[in-house]
Amino acid sequence: MNLTLLVEKLNLSVVCGGDGLDREVSGGYMGDLLSDVMANSREGNVWITCQSHQNIVAVSVLKEHAGIILVLGKKPDDDTIKKASREGIPLLVTELSGFETVGRIYNLLHP
Amino acid sequence: MSQKYEFSFPVKGDNFDDAGKASIQIKKRLKGLGITGDVLRRTAIAIYESEVNIISYARQGNINIRVTDDNISINIRDSGPGIADIKQAMQQGYSTANDRIRKMGFGAGMGLFNIKNCSDDFEILSKANKGTLLKILINR
Repeated sequence: MNLTLLVEKLNLSVVCGGDGLDREVSGGYMGDLLSDVMANSREGNVWITCQSHQNIVAVSVLKEHAGIILVLGKKPDDDTIKKASREGIPLLVTELSGFETVGRIYNLLHP
Repeated sequence: MSQKYEFSFPVKGDNFDDAGKASIQIKKRLKGLGITGDVLRRTAIAIYESEVNIISYARQGNINIRVTDDNISINIRDSGPGIADIKQAMQQGYSTANDRIRKMGFGAGMGLFNIKNCSDDFEILSKANKGTLLKILINR
């Protein structure tokens, strides 16, 4: 499954990095502690978080995530958008809670 | 013929805006040297955590990487306050990070623990008010 389908199914808003929406999603990881995400997320994962500051971009680049989903309608900081655009990391936002977001993505990936 | 590569990146303390910048550049260079998979993954985690430690606690620091056919050796030197109790600092969840650092999602007390998990050999040398040297070895 690629990010385009996730955007469609979960009605995500695409803040930036739209060119990368054809990326395959290998799975997902949810976390707000950057060290936890560094240690436990995997390449190609979609990262679900409520952190909206610019440091999430470097973590995502290093882990080669498919993209980042901010939950609860969190608006990413301007610096975050700038960095994510430059690095080509898709930044997506949902109004759903983390629990609901993860649940829906899990069901889509494991029908 | 065995080949060696060595390069260094300076890291400025308290510069959270650029956290991860050195790690991203180093990872790109390592990829260019043909390092992939689990070795690259572990190296990137160890370097990122070290970089964040310099930014969080030290005035400045330096990440030195040496790559041989057999391993990647990473030395991280900083001129920070030093680690008073290394055994305690190694415990998962222990952190001296302030609120500002924690609000950004850092300071979870996982950094040194993550580095240890990713290393084949890991040593901390530290002196109060002088600084800290992390010696990380990752086998290829």
